[in-house]
Amino acid sequence: MRRGPWWAFLLHRLSGVALAVFLPFHFLVLGLAVERAALDGVLDWTKSPWVKLAEAGLVVLLALHLTGGLRLLLLEFGRWSGRQQSRIALAGGLALLAGFGFLAAAFA
Amino acid sequence: MAVLEVEIWRGAGGDGAWRRYTVPHRANQTVLDVVTHVQRHIDPSLAYRFACRVGMCGSCAMTVNGRPRWTCRTHVSQAARKGRLRIGPLRNLPVIRDLAVDTAPFFEKWRDAGARFVPSATPPDAPVRPDEPERAAADAGIECINCAVCYAACDSVAWNPDYPGPAALNRLWTLVNDRRDGDRDGHLEAAGAGCHLCRSHQECADACPTGLNPTAAIAGLKREVFRRTLGGGARGRRR
Amino acid sequence: MKEAWLFAAQRISALVLAPLVLLHLGVILHAVRGGLSAEEILSRTGGSPFWGVVYGLFVLAAAVHAPIGLRAVLREWGRWRGAGLDIAMALFGLLLLVLGLRAVMAVL
Repeated sequence: MRRGPWWAFLLHRLSGVALAVFLPFHFLVLGLAVERAALDGVLDWTKSPWVKLAEAGLVVLLALHLTGGLRLLLLEFGRWSGRQQSRIALAGGLALLAGFGFLAAAFA
Repeated sequence: MAVLEVEIWRGAGGDGAWRRYTVPHRANQTVLDVVTHVQRHIDPSLAYRFACRVGMCGSCAMTVNGRPRWTCRTHVSQAARKGRLRIGPLRNLPVIRDLAVDTAPFFEKWRDAGARFVPSATPPDAPVRPDEPERAAADAGIECINCAVCYAACDSVAWNPDYPGPAALNRLWTLVNDRRDGDRDGHLEAAGAGCHLCRSHQECADACPTGLNPTAAIAGLKREVFRRTLGGGARGRRR
Repeated sequence: MKEAWLFAAQRISALVLAPLVLLHLGVILHAVRGGLSAEEILSRTGGSPFWGVVYGLFVLAAAVHAPIGLRAVLREWGRWRGAGLDIAMALFGLLLLVLGLRAVMAVL
């Protein structure tokens, strides 16, 4: 039966895969742009709405993955079991997501 | 007379189909009652298992409307959706015929994980008290009757053929916490070979008819294996 | 025991990444919000051993964490197993390390 913990797992896994795919490109773009001393051009590019959307999406992915990961760490290394850790992790996760949401909005 | 529309899996090995039956719907009827009615009054060739029929042995475990359950403890009124029931064999185990599965892989994994008490020549230094934290942790998991419901519920078992599964790992955790056991290090070694495939879905804890929580037990194993990995091997120390 | 070591590396790198991710987001937000130009960013990061170490550690932790996570997903959902997968994941980690450190050096 697929309940909260199963969906938390799914979000955590999908966000992780998305981040893993994105990361090489992020490093590549950063390295190339700075090497060519074109950082200002790159920074202008980051003001484009598509890029801002992508960055906002990235921040959300990070929040999801970080939250899911913290939930796992608490589950595995904290001394608790039962339903409560899912509820607490959900509450904490929503808070983090809200915070990150503001961050994402700041990019816009 | 009220009736129930029931679909039961019929077939051997990998082949089969859902077959429809109409059975009388009675008050206080369990899913096992339904299966028994079909076999006795409609189709005697239906293969299924049961023994105690009072929720103690786990033999009647089947998949009821997508969830693995003890059918003798599943009331039709709770399980049926709009008067319909779908009864199939347990997931993650080879089907012998109809509702009877081969539980050998479940027990082989248990055996291969060394999930049994290892006696030692010397008794422990002090009597084991039931309120010791480790004993309490062990006691929380020892009521397992190996019914394989958790094994059927677990997606990690479905995704990883070599995953020992929640029951075997739950038992390992009770042994790791048992001061009388003579091979804690061996149990942790065995746990470390498989416990990390658990993704903490907690389907096992949701499904266990005895109310055990293998996810919590496996989390404990991960923790102890982590300590052992970084600590360079157990020195027979407790906690 | 390989799986136990991978688990340990995964969890430890996660503990390193968590605060660094938050720090990185804070830095980026400050830079974007502040409307900093390329010279200003590079003047703050350039030659700074502190930023070198921080971002170097960030890259290292990510290069450990991402391949181990991807490996789990590919084993379970991609049905890919054995030495081939392990080598591929090690190479992916190496790629992240090289690209990441290159980007870090570019801003130093």
